[in-house]
Amino acid sequence: MKWDDLFAILPLVVISTWAVVLVLVDIVIPRDRKGITAALAALGLIFALYFTLPQYNRHLVAFNGMVIVDGFSAFLNTLFLASGLLAIALAYGFLKRNNIDRSEYYTLMLFSISGMMLMGIAADLIIIFLALELLSIPLYVLAGFARPRLDSEEAALKYFILGAFSGGFVVYGVALVYGATGSTAIVEIIQAVVAGKAAMVLLTIGAALIMVGFGFKVAAVPFHMWTPDVYQGSPSPVTSFMAVGAKAAGFAALLRIFVSAFPYLSVSLVPILWLISALTMILGNIVAIAQNNIKRMLAYSSIAHAGYILMAVVTFGKGSAAIDAVSAALFYLLAYALTNFGAWSVVIALEKSEGRGLLLQDYAGLGKKYPAWAAAMTVFMLSFTGVPPTLGFLGKFYLFRSVLEGGFIGLAIIAVLTSLVSAYYYLRVVVIMYMQDGEPVVEGDIWLKVAAGATAVLVVVLSLFATPLLQWAAQATLQSGL
Amino acid sequence: MSIDIILFLGLAVVAILSAAGMLFSRNAIYSALFLIINFSAIAVYYLILGAPFIALTQITVYAGAIMVLFIFVIMLLGAEQTGRTPASWWMRPLGMGLGALLILESLYLIFTHLHSFPQPIEIIDGFGNPGQVGEILFDKYVLPFEIISLLLLVAMIGAIVLTKKKMKR
Amino acid sequence: MSEYLPIVVLLILSAFVAGAAIALGHLFGPHHPTERKSLPYESGMTPFGPGARRMPVRFYLIAVLFILFDIETVFFLPWAVVFRKLGLFGLIEMLIFVMVLVVGFLYAWEKGALEWE
Repeated sequence: MKWDDLFAILPLVVISTWAVVLVLVDIVIPRDRKGITAALAALGLIFALYFTLPQYNRHLVAFNGMVIVDGFSAFLNTLFLASGLLAIALAYGFLKRNNIDRSEYYTLMLFSISGMMLMGIAADLIIIFLALELLSIPLYVLAGFARPRLDSEEAALKYFILGAFSGGFVVYGVALVYGATGSTAIVEIIQAVVAGKAAMVLLTIGAALIMVGFGFKVAAVPFHMWTPDVYQGSPSPVTSFMAVGAKAAGFAALLRIFVSAFPYLSVSLVPILWLISALTMILGNIVAIAQNNIKRMLAYSSIAHAGYILMAVVTFGKGSAAIDAVSAALFYLLAYALTNFGAWSVVIALEKSEGRGLLLQDYAGLGKKYPAWAAAMTVFMLSFTGVPPTLGFLGKFYLFRSVLEGGFIGLAIIAVLTSLVSAYYYLRVVVIMYMQDGEPVVEGDIWLKVAAGATAVLVVVLSLFATPLLQWAAQATLQSGL
Repeated sequence: MSIDIILFLGLAVVAILSAAGMLFSRNAIYSALFLIINFSAIAVYYLILGAPFIALTQITVYAGAIMVLFIFVIMLLGAEQTGRTPASWWMRPLGMGLGALLILESLYLIFTHLHSFPQPIEIIDGFGNPGQVGEILFDKYVLPFEIISLLLLVAMIGAIVLTKKKMKR
Repeated sequence: MSEYLPIVVLLILSAFVAGAAIALGHLFGPHHPTERKSLPYESGMTPFGPGARRMPVRFYLIAVLFILFDIETVFFLPWAVVFRKLGLFGLIEMLIFVMVLVVGFLYAWEKGALEWE
């Protein structure tokens, strides 16, 4: 093992060792002081972030070709670590309030983040599968964390069964790809395909199975059925973390595998990906209209956003348009992460015990009574819709532009139309907050307020500095040679 | 040559019949026992394919530990006492139709593209024994190996979090 | 393949012996079941009630912990065969693996998962 290897996995080692030590810490601290674990977990994330920074301008392959460090992975690692910090901020007060303040929450979350980071640096299909399992298993447990409550247990059960199933699909796909090309390393797969030594039929079937497995993970149609029930039943801070982290990790794998390893399959797989992307955008946006519970509405909206990002995967065979699409997808993931955590922080602030306070009606009168919270929620709803001057608008703009570059005009039209449809249910929340009267009660601890405020400000302010951000994402993609 | 074919076919019969027995038996415990027979047949297949370590792992972990867990869970849920759950009338025909379609598609693809499938390679003597697995596990695949320890730890924490009602600490 | 022949012989012989024991008992033993003989045995008292209590979840937890440590043991086997060749480096890798699982063991111990009550 060389020093290069250690440098490549240093942030990962920091986070996983910290998590293991935190398990030991949990054993020794008394029952009522579990908040220390939250602080320690946040500290660990900041520490790991510090170690991620030097990885930006490098490009190296380590551990016998198992992991790759490049701008793409550094960008994603930063995103996962920052999501972890926001998730802790959202969870701290909520867990105390609902009496489920157990420090395993934070240790499991750290393990999940380490799985996501492993997914970002993966260069081998075996590592991708292990990362998938490592990030998913803590999420299954976290979904059932509010344990005596039935819908939390139901969410955990559904997520576990479907997640385990989809993991099985991924493994079978990896096995077929190995059989077809003789290797699981992405670089060697490409070499086998280019040299004409790969069995294309097996490779296509394997790639399709991997696509199905990851389709479950990112909640694409028709693999989305678990999303509304799981997002609604899980404790809200867990849902916010799941919605960003698991999706981003799933897309990291899809982008890495499909853009770099399977461009030669583009002829057979693009129509299917096109169809999945279109159906996801259409179904996510249309069914969200009928939702009355804000958690379910946000669940369908996250399905719709997965559809937008899938457009970037559709262009995977088209050379330079693929590179633009990947950087647009990275930018969109960043915008989606900030907006998502912000919106969920408002949901948590308004949520009462036993799952009350989650209907759209409960937001009535927020504009008058708590103008700051209402303003923040307005910013997040506007960003989700894609209205300037928010980060969401720019995310959609770049994404649509790269899809058009790739020549998929029909898909872009569907995306624009469904975005217009989404405006209805996002702005409906704004209307209810300002135009209707009610008596909402907001309970938020200091960290929740900080998280909500920070994300609201970032969503607006960063959109003014979007060009350097996009260039940062583009550089990350170009350096990775994707 | 012929002893191999006889062995393969015999095992195939055992594996398929036990799988069918697992699917169609009414009592869940019987299904679990049929599954054990199936796993044992698969383990012998691994031996034939030249992977003795994997065969050993299959028996130890799968037919041993995991089936024990299965049977405990079946008894925990009282599933051996429940009959078949009622399903909508169209579920079975739909499932069988899609399954038949999948099989036909796969057979068609396999037999028309048989020439493009990769050829089996010669296995060296001592391939797949624990020594060989050990050498490559700690050299090329050391990172997946360490990740597995994390996975096992996460599973442990998860199982304890989900099943313990009153936590001591 | 011929090195597995003793195992096959052992399997066939043990199946034969077990089958013979059951078959002979069935053929030559008396078979007169009465109502009282086929009731479940309760130390002489008459049984009442449903007779099937819900299994405590302790069993499940013990089985899960068994699987996890069983897999760890399975990973020990290839290491044990070649550990001289792997030297210090292999030892460190194995130590990291074991340490992580020892932390899990301590966690299970402290949280009371190993108690039978």
